[in-house]
Amino acid sequence: MSRTREGAGVPVPLLVPAALGVAFLVLPLLGLLVRTPWSELAGQLAEPAVGEALRLSLVSATLATALSLVLGVPLAWVLARSRARGRSVLRALVTVPLVLPPVVGGVALFLVLGRQGIVGSWLDDAFGITIPFTTAAVVIAETFVAMPFLVISVEGALRAADTRFEDVAATLGAGRWTTFRRVTLPLVAPGVAAGAVLCWARALGEFGATITFAGNFPGTTQTMPLAVYLALQRDPDAAIVLSVVLLAVSLATLLLLRDRWLGRTGAA
Amino acid sequence: MRTRALLVAALLALAGCTDPAQDGGGPAADGGATGTLTVFAAASLIDVFTELGARMEEEHPELDVRISYSGSSALATQLVQGAPADVFASADETQMARLEDAGLVTRAELFAANRLMLAVPADGSAGVTAPDGAGIPSLRDLVTGDPTMAVCAPEVPCGEAAAQVLRAAGLADVPDTYAEDVRSVLSLVELGEVDAGLVYVSDVHAAGDAVLAYAFSESARAVNRYPIAVPSGAPNAEAARAFVDLVLSDAGQAALADAGFQRP
Amino acid sequence: MSLQASVGTRRGGLHLRVDVEVADGEVLALLGPNGAGKSTFVRVLAGLLRPDEGRVVVGGEVWDDGSTSRPAHRRALGMVFQDALLFPHLSVADNVAFGLRTRGTRRAEARAAAAGWLARVGLDGLGDRRPAELSGGQAQRAALARALVGDPALLLLDEPLSALDARTRLTVRAELRRHLAGFRGGTVLVTHDPVDAMALADRVVVLEEGRVVQAGTPVEVARRPRTDYVARLVGLSLLPGTGEGRSVRLDGGAAVAVAEEVTGPVFAAIRPESVALYATRPDGSTRNLWRERVVGATPHGATVRCELDGEVPLVADVTATSFAEMGLAPGAEVWAGVKASEVAVYAR
Repeated sequence: MSRTREGAGVPVPLLVPAALGVAFLVLPLLGLLVRTPWSELAGQLAEPAVGEALRLSLVSATLATALSLVLGVPLAWVLARSRARGRSVLRALVTVPLVLPPVVGGVALFLVLGRQGIVGSWLDDAFGITIPFTTAAVVIAETFVAMPFLVISVEGALRAADTRFEDVAATLGAGRWTTFRRVTLPLVAPGVAAGAVLCWARALGEFGATITFAGNFPGTTQTMPLAVYLALQRDPDAAIVLSVVLLAVSLATLLLLRDRWLGRTGAA
Repeated sequence: MRTRALLVAALLALAGCTDPAQDGGGPAADGGATGTLTVFAAASLIDVFTELGARMEEEHPELDVRISYSGSSALATQLVQGAPADVFASADETQMARLEDAGLVTRAELFAANRLMLAVPADGSAGVTAPDGAGIPSLRDLVTGDPTMAVCAPEVPCGEAAAQVLRAAGLADVPDTYAEDVRSVLSLVELGEVDAGLVYVSDVHAAGDAVLAYAFSESARAVNRYPIAVPSGAPNAEAARAFVDLVLSDAGQAALADAGFQRP
Repeated sequence: MSLQASVGTRRGGLHLRVDVEVADGEVLALLGPNGAGKSTFVRVLAGLLRPDEGRVVVGGEVWDDGSTSRPAHRRALGMVFQDALLFPHLSVADNVAFGLRTRGTRRAEARAAAAGWLARVGLDGLGDRRPAELSGGQAQRAALARALVGDPALLLLDEPLSALDARTRLTVRAELRRHLAGFRGGTVLVTHDPVDAMALADRVVVLEEGRVVQAGTPVEVARRPRTDYVARLVGLSLLPGTGEGRSVRLDGGAAVAVAEEVTGPVFAAIRPESVALYATRPDGSTRNLWRERVVGATPHGATVRCELDGEVPLVADVTATSFAEMGLAPGAEVWAGVKASEVAVYAR
């Protein structure tokens, strides 16, 4: 009984700003829902272009998350564990995409991976590969913007993890790679999952770097945010419908994943 | 109603705007306009309007001119949503018509026209053949291969024009990306990331030596005409009128011509 | 000789300098206060810390020689940590099998070995549980099984019992004793609990401020402590002084009568139960009688342990009844008497 009483006692100085915070975040979404021309919803959903943009968004955000995991988890490990000298500089550099306007990020990607870019021109000459205006460019742009979220989240988890477990593993004959695979990674799995979700969500909403570096072509590079932005130019109602669709799909995905993870940790 | 007025005032204060009632302008002692003049102008007007804005401030020392450049469609949307602007200069009549439909504009005047050119990177381009000099070629003649091409998205004025000329030339499936505005198309050409782009004559002027541009015959089918208007409820209508007059004056028209615009 | 270690290293303010040898089947207890360098030393033995200098040889294999250091995962050792530290994401059985799997044993074989060891430590049938579902004692038993399953040459126990409650500690200590008796390699046990050292070790090394201050069998160390720390641990009052025939002149000036002739620098050690307290000066033949003041009192079962200060600092055990009757609160003045035959004397 006393537990309930304690739980209910949220201090007023916290309660009021918290309630305002919720209102601030939720009201715009409600506004969107109120303004949604529900009668147009079915028609919009039937549009092949909408389905295409939605599919492209989900696929590219998922690929960007996968790429971020492959590159970002090892990077987070280096940031959290290595004693290399330039670590703080490295950390600052890694987080630059967080503060960089994504459009600038898109231009920067051009300068490296574009046809005239440092790496891009070589790719073009040597293999005939051009990246801009392809779905690969969408994935790259989204990864550039979203990966820092994963890296920061995983680094935090690694710092919080008890390194004594790694000592134990070493005394049990596990080399550093085995230790990472079989001990460290499972221990920080919740942090990795949280980071991956953040990363995926950020990639799904990515606009600036994508429209700059990957361009905007239905079916290839036009993701939902681009479709929303351009629809807004001519038909705000259509833009609202597209936004609501994106919102619904991403919320459903996140809730589904969350349930699955909660179920797993609950059993442990 | 009172709460709403308060809210609006608070939001304006947050946005760093000054109270229109005090700032509404009016004849100063020397007869010039005062206060703040807010102009919403199509992105393609950026160079010439910046120049005209500076001239306006010179002529009216008490006046502070602020110009917001963006795609005409985005600006029109902002105005419909209640953005306080004194002047709206659109890159096409469609967007101005949206404001007229919304009852925000009663009288728009045409002040310039613009047509498309085919821009290619200064160091040449794959898939585009330079004209041989005998008259104005067609787009069909210029686009000989399969260049990587950027055009404006069909949702924005330059994109509508681009779609028309591409259809006319039978090249509707050539574009590789639909940029959000004409300046983005120009940037892609300047960066060399595309082989060709459809941009306005005025943009080619602005780019200087950074791009090569070819005129083509189909562009006559899709001439953008630029209307300008003072929306109803303009906070500084007097200064707005003075600015519109400047744009329509011989000096304004000369500046537009210098920037590559045609007369409407 | 199973383990020969001679290690020197600096960690922060600690300058560790330790030489020990442990024979096969022998259990060496490293006893010492917090910060003495015990854990640092076993981390060096485990390969988790590189020493600045020195040599570690186990079963004829050089693990450290000052320049090269064999990494921890290549050392044939088992280690048990204070908090069991079972991997929370693995089942108990997988925890125990971990060391076999990393060293290349097949899954089925490792499972079988793990099950066998779980049975030996009394955790039969708990292999499928998660570590969070085990009690503290069960977790520490599983940790012991995990350390021993690979048949290591050296077993390191770093405060294996100190996280357990008193009752559990008793039973786990008894089991640990049984398993250590059956273990063929050398064992180094780190502890700050003298009871652990007495119960489990064949030999005790006392470490203070990075140095070995005393070494010997548990009985020797308990009977004849050489530092205040050990004396306090085993409950003795340790009085350094100089032998002058049948008396020891303490460094503080007072004299302690003893039963045998002694000369030179010696320790006089007095057990708490040998000290009798009197409210008034007693008559009789007690040769050691000192005026003391009670400076502290702690209940200790049916007795109260009183810390005394005066000419000779002493610890005395009195029954709770006497304590109450004599009105012995901190600050009280008493007479303390010790028979000469009750004073242990040994060379410094």
